Amino acid sequence: MSVLEIKNLHVNVETDQGTREILRGVDLTINEGEIHAVMGPNGSGKSTLAYTIAGHPKYTVVEGEILLDGENVLEMSVDERARAGLFLAMQYPVEIPGVTVTNFLRTAKTAIDGQAPSIRSWVKDVRESMGNLRMDTAFAERNVNEGFSGGEKKRNEILQLELLKPRFAVLDETDSGLDVDALKVVSEGVNRAKANTGLGILLITHYTRILRYIKPDFVHVFVAGRIAEQGGPELADRLEEEGYDRYHVAEPAAQ
Amino acid sequence: MTVATQSTAMPTAEQHGFRPHSDGPIVPVQTRSERFRSTAVADFAPVTGREHEWKYSPVAAFADLTSGELDGARLEVTSTDAAGVALSWIPREDERIGTAGLPEDRAAANAWSTFGEALLVAVTGEDAKTVTVTRSGLGSAPRAAHTVIEAAPNSRALVVLRGTGDARLAENVEIVVGEGANLTVVSLQEWTDESVHLASHFARIARDAKLKHIVVSLGGKVVRVNPSTHLAEQGGDVEALGLYFSDAGQHLEQQVFVHHDAPHTRSRVTYKGALQGEGARSVWIGDVLIGNAATGTDSYEQNRNLVLTDGTRADSVPNLEIETGDIEGAGHASATGRFDDEQLFYLQARGIPEDEARRLVVRGFLAEVVQQIGDAELEERLMSALEAELQGS
Repeated sequence: MSVLEIKNLHVNVETDQGTREILRGVDLTINEGEIHAVMGPNGSGKSTLAYTIAGHPKYTVVEGEILLDGENVLEMSVDERARAGLFLAMQYPVEIPGVTVTNFLRTAKTAIDGQAPSIRSWVKDVRESMGNLRMDTAFAERNVNEGFSGGEKKRNEILQLELLKPRFAVLDETDSGLDVDALKVVSEGVNRAKANTGLGILLITHYTRILRYIKPDFVHVFVAGRIAEQGGPELADRLEEEGYDRYHVAEPAAQ
Repeated sequence: MTVATQSTAMPTAEQHGFRPHSDGPIVPVQTRSERFRSTAVADFAPVTGREHEWKYSPVAAFADLTSGELDGARLEVTSTDAAGVALSWIPREDERIGTAGLPEDRAAANAWSTFGEALLVAVTGEDAKTVTVTRSGLGSAPRAAHTVIEAAPNSRALVVLRGTGDARLAENVEIVVGEGANLTVVSLQEWTDESVHLASHFARIARDAKLKHIVVSLGGKVVRVNPSTHLAEQGGDVEALGLYFSDAGQHLEQQVFVHHDAPHTRSRVTYKGALQGEGARSVWIGDVLIGNAATGTDSYEQNRNLVLTDGTRADSVPNLEIETGDIEGAGHASATGRFDDEQLFYLQARGIPEDEARRLVVRGFLAEVVQQIGDAELEERLMSALEAELQGS
């Protein structure tokens, strides 16, 4: 039974205006097979949590720890974390010029498994996953995220989630910018990945909309870099009705 | 992040500060085909670096080649053997010399004025064949050379013109492609770090002939290869490809000119380059002229640059000039993109280690050109050479 533990996590970020404290002591434990929704207003530190778990160099951990089955994640490089079983579905996936989706997927799969996948089953797996996500096969020969629409980029993230089979996935606002059809397709992909591999999911979202399609076991409300409240799925229902107002936060204009 | 431009063709008269008179015509811009040309170095003014053909080049680094005295003796040349390809030295007076084109800059004219004999690579026979002509260890004194590659009608071959070791070389290469011939010429620059190489290639494509011209520049302090192709007869076809990897302190330049001068001619120009390290520079100028006679022309040119580190500079200037409205298509594109930390993070977040991530991106980017060479052995060797360039960071 795998477990991802976040203990008393304090994270700073360097900006032009100096050091800013974003996370101020976050505690969160995710077991294999659980879905945790992290909700909160803009600027509350949700994305910082996601990127810190993945190891983005912009964020500095000043206190606390992240453990994957007892292993210190913070000592691992970005690629080591991925190979250890962590996955981040990004809010804004970047374009990679000159690298086709096919080439990228195979290289990533090989890196994560430590050996190249057998060609026949791999091609079949890729085709099947793309079909499930309603991705045209022509995608395979396009450069990663280059010229993709917002929805196509998100599907491509979930495609990787399905194929790379991580133990824990952080989904950073995967729902943002998706129309309802795309939202359903993407949610089905996440649910399928969970059903197939039993992965644990940290679902970061601003809105409750995606929670109609991906049912969380736990809901955590982030405010000002801390968990302000947590509970079961009923907490999300309450947020849908009341919004974040009762946490007395003024939403900043931009992150 | 990718910055793409789909820029307009020639600068307009207004951009030059000309304004039409209220009672007169617009001052015309000189067309590309009217550019001054001469084989005599004295016909060109000394190079200052302000001339349009030199303004992107580090002219002080090779003043000896543009205005100094050059050694015109035969180059040290070795070649592989292939049936149907014959090498010989021909005198300056040979009637083939000057049939493909004439110098448009002072370095080319200086080389033309001083070479002793020209190397003739004569291709005959319809069977496919490959020959590699290597110029190696030319030394550090300034030299001039002239080469004529002549493909007989309906002949077929791949000719690799390779440079290794030291060189300070100004040269002209004429490529004469006979009717129905199918010729590939690869100009492969793998000179040492201190070398300077200024080359002008002139190709003349006869009726229904095809030239694939590939410039691969990897080694050398300053390498400037300017290929100019004259699609002189109907049905001619040129694919002009280029590949360069500019390291710290390296200047790799190519000014490509395609002149559509007959009906139903086709051209595709694709140059791709990577830049890595402080002071790594590349220059690409792509001029395409579709002349009045060139009805039914199909043309497209593009340049793509991949910037791997800070401190580099890529200049990319596509120009398209069209004198007839009756064409199939003409387009151009230029894009210079950066391999940045966010891309690295993305690939690493999928388990791919940093060095492999870099290799993946550059290999994918440049392989598109390498794969079009059509010689498996050379393609493989170039891919390893590119790997070595990447390791050198």
